[in-house]
Amino acid sequence: MKVQDWFKSGSPWIWLNAAAVSASLIMVFGLLALIMVRGLGFFWPADVQQMDYTDKQGQEIRLMGEVWGEEEAAFQTLIDNGYKLTGDAEFITRYTLKTGNRDVYGADFRLIIEPGIKNKSTPDDALVVVRREWGNFYGFLTSIKENGTELKLDQDALWSEFEQRKERALDLHDEIVEIQKSDIGEVNHGLESLRLLKKRYELDDDLTPENLAELDAKRKALDARYEVIQKRLNELNQDITRDSFIARTADGQEREIQFETVVKVYQPNQMSLPSKLGTYFANIWEFVSDEPREANTEGGVFPAIFGTVMMVILMAVLVTPLGVIAAVYLREYAKQGALTRTIRIAVNNLAGVPSIVYGVFGLGFFVYFLGGNIDRLFFSEGLPAPTFGTPGIMWSSLTLAILTLPVVIVATEEGLSRIPKSIREGSLALGATKFETLWRTIIPMSSPAIMTGLILAVARAAGEVAPLMLVGVVKLAPSLPLDGNAPFVHLDRKFMHLGFHIYDVGFQSPNVEAARPLVYATSLLLVLVIIALNIVAIQIRNRLREKYRALES
Amino acid sequence: MPSPDSQQKNSGNSLIQSEGFYFRFRMFMDKFMRFGVAFGGISIIIAITLIFAYLLVVVFPIFHSAEIKQESSFSLSASSQPIAVTEQSKQDLSAEDQITEDPSRPKILHLAMEEQNEVGLRVTETGQLLFFDTRSGETKFTHVPNLPKGVSVTSFGNADPATTTIALGLSNGHALVYRHKYRVTFPNDKRLITPVIETPLGAEPILIDTQDEALTHIDVQSNDEGLTLVAGTADKRLLLVAFTKEESLLEETETFERIGIELPSPATPITHLLVDKDQRELYVASEGGYITFFDIQDKAEPKLLQHLTVTDSGSELTALNSLTGGISILVGTSDGQLAQWSLVRNENNQEQLVKYREFESHSAAIVKIIPEFNRKGFLTFDESGLFGIYHTTAENTILRRTLSSANIDNIALSPRANAMSVFTKNNQYSLWSIDNEHPEISWSSLWGKVWYESHEEPKYLWQSSSADNDFEPKFSLVPISFGTLKAAFYAMMIAVPLAIMGAIFTAQFMSPNMRKTVKPSIEIMEALPTVILGFLAGLWLAPFVEDNLVGIFLMLLAMPVGVLIAAYTWQRLPQKFRFMVPEGWEGALLIPAILLIGWVTLSLGPYLEMWWFDGDITQYGKHLGPWLDRNLYLVIAGLLFPWAFLLVTRSEKFGQQLNKIKSEFYQSALTLGVSIVVVVIIGALLSPIVESLLFDGDVAGYLKDSTIAFDQRNSIVVGLAMGFAVIPTIFSIAEDALFAVPKHLIQGSLALGATQWQTLTRVVILTASPGIFSAVMIGLGRAVGETMIVLMATGNTPVMDFSIFQGMRTLSANIAVEMPESEVDSTHYRVLFLAALVLFAFTFLFNTMAEIVRQRLRRKYSSL
Repeated sequence: MKVQDWFKSGSPWIWLNAAAVSASLIMVFGLLALIMVRGLGFFWPADVQQMDYTDKQGQEIRLMGEVWGEEEAAFQTLIDNGYKLTGDAEFITRYTLKTGNRDVYGADFRLIIEPGIKNKSTPDDALVVVRREWGNFYGFLTSIKENGTELKLDQDALWSEFEQRKERALDLHDEIVEIQKSDIGEVNHGLESLRLLKKRYELDDDLTPENLAELDAKRKALDARYEVIQKRLNELNQDITRDSFIARTADGQEREIQFETVVKVYQPNQMSLPSKLGTYFANIWEFVSDEPREANTEGGVFPAIFGTVMMVILMAVLVTPLGVIAAVYLREYAKQGALTRTIRIAVNNLAGVPSIVYGVFGLGFFVYFLGGNIDRLFFSEGLPAPTFGTPGIMWSSLTLAILTLPVVIVATEEGLSRIPKSIREGSLALGATKFETLWRTIIPMSSPAIMTGLILAVARAAGEVAPLMLVGVVKLAPSLPLDGNAPFVHLDRKFMHLGFHIYDVGFQSPNVEAARPLVYATSLLLVLVIIALNIVAIQIRNRLREKYRALES
Repeated sequence: MPSPDSQQKNSGNSLIQSEGFYFRFRMFMDKFMRFGVAFGGISIIIAITLIFAYLLVVVFPIFHSAEIKQESSFSLSASSQPIAVTEQSKQDLSAEDQITEDPSRPKILHLAMEEQNEVGLRVTETGQLLFFDTRSGETKFTHVPNLPKGVSVTSFGNADPATTTIALGLSNGHALVYRHKYRVTFPNDKRLITPVIETPLGAEPILIDTQDEALTHIDVQSNDEGLTLVAGTADKRLLLVAFTKEESLLEETETFERIGIELPSPATPITHLLVDKDQRELYVASEGGYITFFDIQDKAEPKLLQHLTVTDSGSELTALNSLTGGISILVGTSDGQLAQWSLVRNENNQEQLVKYREFESHSAAIVKIIPEFNRKGFLTFDESGLFGIYHTTAENTILRRTLSSANIDNIALSPRANAMSVFTKNNQYSLWSIDNEHPEISWSSLWGKVWYESHEEPKYLWQSSSADNDFEPKFSLVPISFGTLKAAFYAMMIAVPLAIMGAIFTAQFMSPNMRKTVKPSIEIMEALPTVILGFLAGLWLAPFVEDNLVGIFLMLLAMPVGVLIAAYTWQRLPQKFRFMVPEGWEGALLIPAILLIGWVTLSLGPYLEMWWFDGDITQYGKHLGPWLDRNLYLVIAGLLFPWAFLLVTRSEKFGQQLNKIKSEFYQSALTLGVSIVVVVIIGALLSPIVESLLFDGDVAGYLKDSTIAFDQRNSIVVGLAMGFAVIPTIFSIAEDALFAVPKHLIQGSLALGATQWQTLTRVVILTASPGIFSAVMIGLGRAVGETMIVLMATGNTPVMDFSIFQGMRTLSANIAVEMPESEVDSTHYRVLFLAALVLFAFTFLFNTMAEIVRQRLRRKYSSL
């Protein structure tokens, strides 16, 4: 075919259209792949590299760490940055090395360039210590100290002793956390409710001596309990600080590290593939089940998962009846005319209103207006500290319920409209009232549609962040909205959220570079949840369509 | 829908025999649920539409004009015993108004109020400080200064109202300085306000004029570091006396170092003196409407900076005061003009008084200007008794009215600007409450250019808060609305072509099997949380774009050409290969081609940057200039090439000539060759014209200093990320519309001999164009309201800059950033609600339009 004819036939333009689809697909799958690779790579216990490196000033130092990234940097740019380079290469490979040891070097990362690297090796006994503060430590184990005195141990015994003492410290730490969280939390909660009760009595002019005495007695009991707990805590704190170990960094500096700060320790260079895999999955498990550490930049995201799930469940509980009633009214009871059409358009359009607008509405109406009035009426003892007059999980779910209401209404309506006329008429002909027809026949039959709507609503709610920033999400919530203290469900509490966690750690944390892989992992988690929900919704919708196509014919 | 009425009757009839309790219960349930569901449904629908109403309710007060109301009133007699005016005797007020000025009453020099509006202070010409209850008039405390015999008070001056410092100039060249403070205690749970008088320079009069002349004018300013007093004497000298605090660490006492200096006096008699709050500037007003402006930062060496007239000729300056913050002064004249003058640095970096704005003028001479304590508003009244409240930033008259039939003698404003004391010439005192919550908002302050203090010119600015109390809030919605539209524009630039072209192919050409997977895949994109897109845009894409700027532009340019070349190559392959891929799978075929082109262009990018721009494209002018100078004709040729190529391929005559040549290869080569030759010749001819038109005749010189102001989180990043978020929305709706075009139309067109492309452009797209339009509208709505992507992928600086390399701040991101910090019911809070309302209205409008178009299209299809 000649070029001329080819253009005349118009097929080049069709090819360009095809290219647009392909480009969109590449973007979608590329994005998913990017999140997947970076998110999953985060958990892999990578080898630790040791090398001699000549830095900008010409000094040779020994470095050790994990290689986190590499890029091609222009030769000239590097010269401008003060590197002394010779040769005529246009580009030089530059690595980002995670050297950890923030307490030693002041930073977690170091940019190193290829020409300066010598004697690369992966020493078997290199140690990675994940700590509760100062980030990771990379180095070699030298000796172990008990109460400040060094233990005399040979090389083999050293490691087993190390393992043993690490386990002991971890157990102690778990116990301390448990006490702090549940026991002390309970006492504090008790004291706080006593304080509020006293204030309540004062407000009601009911502060009789008997009441006061009762309050005092209760407080004394709590104080006594607190004493006991505190004593036990002090003992444990004493115990946990007993052991420490001395570790040497690659460049020979020695550091004493307390066992109490250690989260886990591994020696990646001598791990076999299965044990690496084991660590890999253990890391994943730790990520989804643990509390965050170091201003959310390390550790797990459990509170965020919990907060997201609980908020979404509350939202679903609120949105389902509201959406279904509105849809049933619109489709089954309302007179079909210009007004219902207008309402339908309006409801449809509410789905397109920016989510931040719902957030503004939620903050103004729910939090400040409703919440403020609830506080004045029922929680006046707590004022001026607000109970419901401040952002919290209840207002968040309510705001998202309103945000997703159009989704449920539209889906339910579609489901109702798909029920064949014959079924309705059959039921009525058998003598059922209209409500009975609805309740026994139509709604059960359209339940998959309602489910679809609900799942889509949940998927949307799980990914929304902007409105939540105004009505209840925080970067670090001290306690979960569900715990062992009465009334168990604390709807007034603020909560953590996966989406906000991404925003906060990625953009507001002091150590963005170090936290980035964690953000990828969180993103992956969120994407997986949302895609799974959407796929389920699509499947249900398709099956539903098939089912009624059969009925209709 | 079955008709419910007839059915109801039927079911009722058939069951009429079984009328028992159960039947009645069922009937009741049916009715009850009918009402229940109707009630519930209607309330839910009303509730969600209430969002709009609620936003309106919150926004409304900022457009509400101010109101004042008289709270109490009493008469101050000579004996200073108040005669309370009760509600009943108010009618008699008019009679009382007739009373002429009481000559025996000492003139009031100054009125003031404390924060709770309970205690007022009046300073009389005998030097007495009388504190009184603002509602009953009962005197609470009187301070009588200890004046030497024969000495009288000759002048009065007050400092910035927040410092509550006042000065009395005496006839013997001395002055008294007071501070009135209020101690609040709660005995028996009731608030008790006790006035306290402090004398920062001692209780005895201090010497100002060493020649002991009477001080005819005085002004004072004080702060933690010291006091500055300025006085005019009876023999027309102008004196500056500064007291600098010196704290001695050992004795823990304060001593003051005194600097006294005489300033050059203006030619005409002094009428007003004004020292600014920071004691750096002195304004001396003199007869003839002159202001002499001194820089007194260095008290020992004041500098005269400017001498100018601030009134129209023939009128005098009658009132002078500084606006809160001390940067601007307010000037009132004898012909009722009101103006704000402020200091602006001129090109010599010297501060100069410039007239900022005028306010609605009065018809009589302005008597006094009273600034608000914390906001940029002021009160004023004139000789005819007309009272007015104005705001400078909003350039707004907030309220104007006469307060009583008698002329106003003096007014004091409460520190919270919610009440004022008014004293009239007929000895009547009254307390007024002022309801003026949001004076800073007007149409012009939201949407117009405003000349803010310390700025060289009027600007659109958004800067809502600052640590400083005297801060002038800048609430122009223009930069953030502009940012919103800019972000949406770049997003649509990416999304519209990709989504619509993709939809066309998917709906019309793609094989059904491929479509079944492609459509849900792209639709799942829509469900991706935007926080993830924003995070990737900010932390992955932004640095990537920065490093590969040349590569990305190269990719955008090369992609269409590359795809066409790949497609043509595929067409030229032997049939054996071509038939391996069934029709409708072209998209899949192109994926490796696109990946390859992308990879090649991106990896070529750094080399090109090195070659053309010396490794740094932001400094492009240095290297591009000389190159463009030599090769301008080639660039023009390159730009014109596609058009020339189209022209040549489409030309009938050329086609006939071409057909004489047998070999296809030579035909193609000839087409290409002719086009190239044509464009190069045109380019050579055009280049001098282009050079003189666009580059002032010298390309290299013109471009020498051109650089790109590059912001890492810029419009390209936002465009790509938000474009990505909008693609599925547009794609999905447009694809539905295109796919639903009745098949018989397409088949008819094809049967009549139209090519696929002709059918597409003349039939399919035309029929589905309303659907495509509504898809674009909904996409636009989404782009306008998107929050997280812009929050994370832009620098969030509210700049007004069209540059693709700069960021922006959008309405939605602005709300997300500032809402949590804004104080409930403050002006800032309400303006943010207004921003939300604007967003809501905007998207609702676009979506409704789209929805109506779509419904109409659906009806059209069903009739076709």
